[in-house]
Amino acid sequence: MELERHEYDVVVVGAGGAGLRAAIEAHESGARTAVVCKSLLGKAHTVMAEGGIAAAMGNTWAEDNWRVHFRDTMRGGKMLNHWRMAQLHAQEAPDRVRELEDWGALFDRTPDGLISQRDFGGHRYARLAHVGDRTGLELIRTLQQRTVALGIDVYMECTVTRLLTDDHGIVGAFGYWRESGRFVAWQAPSVVLATGGIGKSYKVTSNSWEYTGDGHSLALQAGATLVNMEFVQFHPTGMVWPPSVRGILVTESVRGDGGVLKNSAGNRFMFDYIPDYFRKETAESEEEADRWYTDKKNNRRPPELLPRDEVARAINSEVKAGRGTPHGGVFLDIASRRPAEYVRRRLPSMYHQFRELAEVDITAEPMEVGPTCHYVMGGVEVDPDTEAARVPGLFAAGEVAGGMHGSNRLGGNSLSDLLVFGRRAGAAAAGHALTRADRPELADDALADAARAALAPFEREGGENPYTVQHDLQQTMHDLVGIIRTEPEMDEALERIAVLKKRVGNLSVEGHRQYNPGWHLALDLPHMLLVSECIARAALERRESRGGHTRDDFPGPDPEWGRTNLVCARAADGSVTLTRQPLPEMPAEVAEIFEEQSS
Amino acid sequence: MTYDAEFRVWRGDAAGGDLQTFTVPVNEGEVVLDVIHRLQATQAGDLAVRWNCKAGKCGSCSAEVNGRPRLMCMTRMSTFGEAETVTVTPLRTFPVIRDLVTDVSYNYDKAAQIPAFTPRPRDPDGSHRMQQVDVERSQEFRKCIECWLCQDTCHVIRDHEENKRSFAGPRFLIRLAELDMHPLDVADRRDAAQQEFGLGFCNITKCCSEVCPEGIHLTDNGIIPLKERVADRRYDPLTWLGSRIGRRPRS
Amino acid sequence: MTTTAPRGTGAVAPGPGNGMAAPRRATIAARTLRTDRWWLQPLVTAVALLLFVVYATFRAFQDAHYFAEPYISPFYSPCLTTACEGDTFPELFTGPTWISPALYILVFPLGIRLTCYYYRKAYYRSFWLSPPACAVAEPHRRYTGETRLPLVGQNIHRYALYAALVINVVLFYDAVLAFRDETGAWGHMGLGTLVLLVNATLLALYSLSCHSCRHIVGGRINSFSRHPLRYRAWTQVSRLNARHMQFAWASLFSVAFADFYVLLLATDTISDLRFF
Repeated sequence: MELERHEYDVVVVGAGGAGLRAAIEAHESGARTAVVCKSLLGKAHTVMAEGGIAAAMGNTWAEDNWRVHFRDTMRGGKMLNHWRMAQLHAQEAPDRVRELEDWGALFDRTPDGLISQRDFGGHRYARLAHVGDRTGLELIRTLQQRTVALGIDVYMECTVTRLLTDDHGIVGAFGYWRESGRFVAWQAPSVVLATGGIGKSYKVTSNSWEYTGDGHSLALQAGATLVNMEFVQFHPTGMVWPPSVRGILVTESVRGDGGVLKNSAGNRFMFDYIPDYFRKETAESEEEADRWYTDKKNNRRPPELLPRDEVARAINSEVKAGRGTPHGGVFLDIASRRPAEYVRRRLPSMYHQFRELAEVDITAEPMEVGPTCHYVMGGVEVDPDTEAARVPGLFAAGEVAGGMHGSNRLGGNSLSDLLVFGRRAGAAAAGHALTRADRPELADDALADAARAALAPFEREGGENPYTVQHDLQQTMHDLVGIIRTEPEMDEALERIAVLKKRVGNLSVEGHRQYNPGWHLALDLPHMLLVSECIARAALERRESRGGHTRDDFPGPDPEWGRTNLVCARAADGSVTLTRQPLPEMPAEVAEIFEEQSS
Repeated sequence: MTYDAEFRVWRGDAAGGDLQTFTVPVNEGEVVLDVIHRLQATQAGDLAVRWNCKAGKCGSCSAEVNGRPRLMCMTRMSTFGEAETVTVTPLRTFPVIRDLVTDVSYNYDKAAQIPAFTPRPRDPDGSHRMQQVDVERSQEFRKCIECWLCQDTCHVIRDHEENKRSFAGPRFLIRLAELDMHPLDVADRRDAAQQEFGLGFCNITKCCSEVCPEGIHLTDNGIIPLKERVADRRYDPLTWLGSRIGRRPRS
Repeated sequence: MTTTAPRGTGAVAPGPGNGMAAPRRATIAARTLRTDRWWLQPLVTAVALLLFVVYATFRAFQDAHYFAEPYISPFYSPCLTTACEGDTFPELFTGPTWISPALYILVFPLGIRLTCYYYRKAYYRSFWLSPPACAVAEPHRRYTGETRLPLVGQNIHRYALYAALVINVVLFYDAVLAFRDETGAWGHMGLGTLVLLVNATLLALYSLSCHSCRHIVGGRINSFSRHPLRYRAWTQVSRLNARHMQFAWASLFSVAFADFYVLLLATDTISDLRFF
């Protein structure tokens, strides 16, 4: 078998914010490091992040500190977050943002020359370090340039299809060059998964094609576990028209900078959807909400800036009640509330996106928006301090890791998550590799088996078209395991997924191995199905509504479920098993943060 | 609102290829990339194309549409007549890998050669203080999504393969400008800009600015100011003399 | 690293390049696949510039009809020799009679326009076809741009600007003198005065909006916040600079028109419209 082989201490899978930050840290810890990514360097989904990086730097509000950020994060996640991850995240995010400046990042500034911070849903203070509405691009470009300056090897357009293990844990990874279809294997005692999310299993999503859940699936297959997979975040504001752009993200900054949601009757309907849980900190009248933008001390937040799950559900209800826009969304209006010049300066890429793709001038008319699948809170179960999965040598950081965001992620907490836990994963991966003396060879039969599996779609004649199977999976997840869920629908989803699994066993692709997207999709589909099954099973099991998981048949939260995580594992026969696991308990000195700020 | 469009798509690889004609349905509001995806899903499963975000933010789906370098995800079908044949070809400046996918490693090689960002030390309080007016010029260039359309359209390398050795292309000239204008950076890249990255090859015919999907004023705000800064150092006896005497601090 | 896979060779470059086939590019023979009228703009530019050059050359060598009291044609100002018509500028020397006084100063306006960043684009595209339009192959086998002589000399554009600024002052001086009547008494204004004034203004805007000017007033500094006055100046020049192309054409037209107006007066084809 023709196979290209490489040897490293740490192989990072994925070149988004978490992957690059992990690679930089591993390299600086003295490990020989490689980054493997499916796209070109700098194209990872992180570029789509718009709003900013949440970090309690206190540049605009001196009252802000990690304890407030921690509390906001936990409350946003409906207390299902791993408290230690939320704590580390809140404590370390400011330093992670500052070091980006040492690497060339240029954030927008406050009048006294510090990093400017903006308001976002669920954050008590203006906290998001940002560059206009293209913060993700700034983040990825900064890390990319740092990676290149350090001379870290990057395997671009290269897909990992398997993690290789022995009795002691990770020994390497196997994959193929997208460009040539040739196989490549990396021998490495540490692998960091930073592969992002799962959104491509849904029909309406803000995610790119890369988000096939391959990291989640690789981890499961290597023997690791996934936690909180039932929690999928639907971002309240995606584009709804024209159909070809449906799902593309409309940043939360539109609301942070003064935009409001209205139904077809012109009402700011969010005032009708304030949950008791957030009532004390949410404005009661439009006047109070409007005053808040300039006077945060004496007024409460507008309900448009409730956490994303609340807003997404509210939009969903309005549309279902027949108060939606002609294209099935609601109106997001900043044109009537802020001067055109302000909108163009604060939201340049939104202005551009709507003008180019929808022929809408957002400085003159409202946008039409609706929920779109955006983020999976669930992911690989990791140790909070080292991001180590249950398989020795396997680490996970960023969206592919679970626990940090609980049942719902706050906007802006994703980019900071990437930096904080990317760095920790990189350091721990390097530490693991440097302490592991033996370098077990990659087993020939494992490599041969991986190659055989990858080539199987070429062997079959007249099988299924992978694009059709993908389409059917997306439709299933959209219709049956979407934003509002019921037991019969999820039962049906699991039946359909079982059928799709059989169909995936019978895929065939045309052409040859050189840059063949049909083949690439055929190899991604098993990952998508495995992850979809985890989501559906966990969602069926959790009989309550909480954060990104809403059950029509169990509409309220259940305190018992509030202390329970669901953990997915893969059984020997390939099926998904589900275990209930108690939530890690918060120590008293952390728990008291909630008492001190409950005013 | 659906109609059948005629598409000519270049298919092939480095060994050769040709324009193949397809008839494909087009719906309201679609962009060229939607139609290419439809071709992929229904008529040519192995049609190679790069794409990621489909929202003009990542710069992956660069190609030439009716001979003009464009992002396919930002080229609306409504800009063409229903009877018009739409021709889609790969970027012509770079080696082709397959169909619409080209080998853009030239750009990554050049990126690796740029002298890295070299910051001054932090302020005593651990922060970097910069005013908004000081960061804005470099911020414009940091909007770059690295779609390589400027590199593709630049005649210096598009029409003269041999210049690739000594010319880094517009993308990296504005990267040099970005670093030179960066309020924290202390390195001087002006000699390198002229000697190693081929600033002098640019004859400011502005095609890079015309194709930039981010609307970056590459020529007016980046390359020309960089040329002027290089002139300060290399071609202007007065400023040269001034800097010797120490009358013109570059701050 | 992107890949280690070996790649084949073959295929062609859009332009002839150095005559060698560019390796591994897509085989597309057409010089361009553009379907729009990409040739129109370079053609219009070439025609307009040619018309100007022909007219200006004829007028510069004509050595006649460039002064009609109190107006002097901008082609001939400052008029430095003892052979000059009128009395608009100190007569500094006596040159050979066969040399038109326009030729002594021609180098200044020519200098700024030849090295101007906008005109460079215009003539490289429309005369040198390098490239004729974006994504249209150029016909040259070799290309070295502005890396060597003579074109490396474009880097002295700022000196051309300094010279042009001096001329700008002279042209305003001419416009001020045009507020005198034929007898030299102040308090006159005719259409010619307005023409000279507009022309001097457009030429000054052209000079001030130039990229070198933008660099000199503030573009060269990295910390605007520490130089607020220069930042203000840079902001103003930047605003003008965005219209540099428009000023380039407007002033080209105005200078030819101002000369033509003086020609008409000097040949008694028309008479000046007097405002007061």
